[in-house]
Amino acid sequence: MIIELGHFALVLALLVGLVQMVVPAVGARARDVRLMAVGEPAAMAQFALLALAFVALSYAYMTSDFSVENVARNSHSTKPAIYKLSGVWGNHEGSMLLWVLILAAFGAAVAVFGRNLPATLRANVLAVQASIAVAFALFILTTSNPFERLDPAPADGNGLNPILQDPALAFHPPFLYAGYVGFSMAFSFAVAALIEGRIDGAWARWVRPWTLAAWMFLTLGIAMGSWWAYYELGWGGWWFWDPVENASFMPWLAGTALLHSALVMEKREALKVWTILLAILTFSLSLMGTFLVRSGVLSSVHAFAVDPERGVFILAIMMLFIGGSLALFALRASGLRQGGLFAPLSREGSLVLNNILLTTACGTVLVGTLYPLALEAATGAKISVGAPYFNMTFGPLMVPLLLALPFGPYLAWKRGDVRGAAQRLLVAAILAAVASAVAFAMSGRGPHLAPFGIALGAFVMAGAVSELAYRVKLGSAPLAEVRRRLANLPRSNYGTSLAHFGVGMMVVGIVATTAYRSERILVMKPGETVAISGYDLAFRGVVPSRGPNYREQIGLFDVTRGGAPVTQLQPAKRLYDAPPQPTTEAGILNSWRGDLYVVLGDEQEGQGDGFAVRVYFNPLVRLIWIGALVMFIGGAFSLSDRRLRIGAPTRSLGRRGAVQPAE
Amino acid sequence: MTRKQRRGILIGAAVAVLTLAAILTLFALKDTIVFFHTPSDVAEKKIAAGQRFRLGGLVAEGSVKRGGGARVEFAVTDTLQKVSVSYEGVLPDLFREGQGVVAEGALDASGRFVADSVLAKHDENYMPPEVADALKAKGVKLGEGATHKQGTPQ
Repeated sequence: MIIELGHFALVLALLVGLVQMVVPAVGARARDVRLMAVGEPAAMAQFALLALAFVALSYAYMTSDFSVENVARNSHSTKPAIYKLSGVWGNHEGSMLLWVLILAAFGAAVAVFGRNLPATLRANVLAVQASIAVAFALFILTTSNPFERLDPAPADGNGLNPILQDPALAFHPPFLYAGYVGFSMAFSFAVAALIEGRIDGAWARWVRPWTLAAWMFLTLGIAMGSWWAYYELGWGGWWFWDPVENASFMPWLAGTALLHSALVMEKREALKVWTILLAILTFSLSLMGTFLVRSGVLSSVHAFAVDPERGVFILAIMMLFIGGSLALFALRASGLRQGGLFAPLSREGSLVLNNILLTTACGTVLVGTLYPLALEAATGAKISVGAPYFNMTFGPLMVPLLLALPFGPYLAWKRGDVRGAAQRLLVAAILAAVASAVAFAMSGRGPHLAPFGIALGAFVMAGAVSELAYRVKLGSAPLAEVRRRLANLPRSNYGTSLAHFGVGMMVVGIVATTAYRSERILVMKPGETVAISGYDLAFRGVVPSRGPNYREQIGLFDVTRGGAPVTQLQPAKRLYDAPPQPTTEAGILNSWRGDLYVVLGDEQEGQGDGFAVRVYFNPLVRLIWIGALVMFIGGAFSLSDRRLRIGAPTRSLGRRGAVQPAE
Repeated sequence: MTRKQRRGILIGAAVAVLTLAAILTLFALKDTIVFFHTPSDVAEKKIAAGQRFRLGGLVAEGSVKRGGGARVEFAVTDTLQKVSVSYEGVLPDLFREGQGVVAEGALDASGRFVADSVLAKHDENYMPPEVADALKAKGVKLGEGATHKQGTPQ
């Protein structure tokens, strides 16, 4: 009954979405206030109905109702409760439902917080947002219905892929979707602006918080996925340039560029056409990611069961929205042209450089991701494009970006003083050189470029701190003055510095762990010891154990450092009950220097009690994810800034006298 | 500086970055891509020793031998041809005889494939699509669980 209710709610949400797609748009065209006013209650109703549908499906999962085909396929009665819940979005149908739910949530947020928006803009935004929801609700109902029943109901379900039964992964998809789908707001605003044929700084002030929120979620979502891959897959790697990873990384790159170009548009009313295009492209890349993951053209843990019908449907949706919005852009963009004037060496100029480098880097990732598909379609040859390609293309583009990054916040709008900025960055540059020398001295090996990479990361970190110190006159003013300035500094300044600091941390972590990782692969018998990076690991043997829905063999490794005991690591090999699938659980010791990472391999037959063992030391690897977290926190600071707070645009709107047509 | 000059500088910067990226991309695509071959391809195409590629097929029954240390020897077959593979390291969880596998590496002078990575499968039912396609093209019948299939409830 509850399932049927959920199904019914989904159908109703589609119908409400149709109304929301058509009526406010017609109203905006006819300047009919009553028609436009339909948008908000429709958006709220659509969200409520989809939430109901989602709760109904979750209920089926929590109660292990195996008469629902989706639950029977993807869940199991013995699974811990949290994984029963995360199982809702651990499969294609359920995750699609979460996708539209988040889409509707953003639409509802416009209805709730968008009261200060010009009425026609709001109506058009809601209509565009609804059109996306309608397309995907239709997709769910026709090709991927999670509410289909099974008769007779099986006694138990198939279970969830054990490697997905993990706390980080339970919340990886919701964060990722909040990011992906959050970019739909920028898209809807861009298309609405094109429909209206006008746009100004107030528009950017509206779009930026939404883009920022989406960017924050996407940053954390990607980082969670990377962290999970690191400790769960047992390869010790944190990024594989897997096409599906790229599918989430491309919208992130474009979204990062959008965040910065919207800043120029908000402050200087320049880069309008470009910002609109970037908003369209960012969400288009999100749609492409959805297509790549769900159409079965790619294979990975993310790729859901292959069904050509679904692939064609999503391809059609993708073509419709990307083609439609770009066509509209081609028709209307020329009418928007009005660029503010600025010197190449200025804050705006630095942000343009940021945009050029980020979008070009995004382009190289796009080529590397799609080239194998294109080549196979054209010639039938099967190839793979891996890390070497991305190191050769993406890597060099990041170097000027990171070099220029600390300069940006020091440059003034309109006309910047690069020499002055360089002088203020002298301390940061010295710190970077020291960090690089330390890296070189401590490692004494590894690629020659590695100390340079460390220096780049340290330069970005130190630059972010020094910019903040400069703003509060640390060192040049009395302490009371510094304190006053610290308190009065807008939160968005803290946000910028924190986010940039996070980027630097990430760069240091990436370079250190890539260049200076130690690895030992060997067969160990109980009682044997292996030394790595200052640690000694003594293998004590293997004990069997039993978890809630798996059996495991736990390897016991006593870790000592200079004879003093540190800890005992317990890497394990698990065999899950349903589905019967083995997984590897790495044993990880975390320290400020890096991670000691142990994987227990197969028992070596015919060699006594030997086990294959892989031991890594990954220096500073945690900085990668801590860096992402710091970027997220930076975003949150920026978002909480008064000037960006939702509703705040009223004041400036009043001053400017509402939205003006842009010539 | 006139408006035109300023615009010129911006466009110049964009063109310079794009050109650089295009050159890097072309070189990278020429040098870093890795082809996928089946054991039959290896037999037919006379791939040079040292040339990196991905070898895909099924792990031949009874072929897995543990060597000294963490060295493993096994054979990859598409049921028509076999290539023996040598790999040092910990095999993925789902590596087993009769199952699909993709190994990356190069042939040595004796025609043995020295792999530096053996790709992990993520899922019991999953077979690398290259392998599934290649085997299908060779007319090999795939057993239950070897192709992409949706888990059907029992």
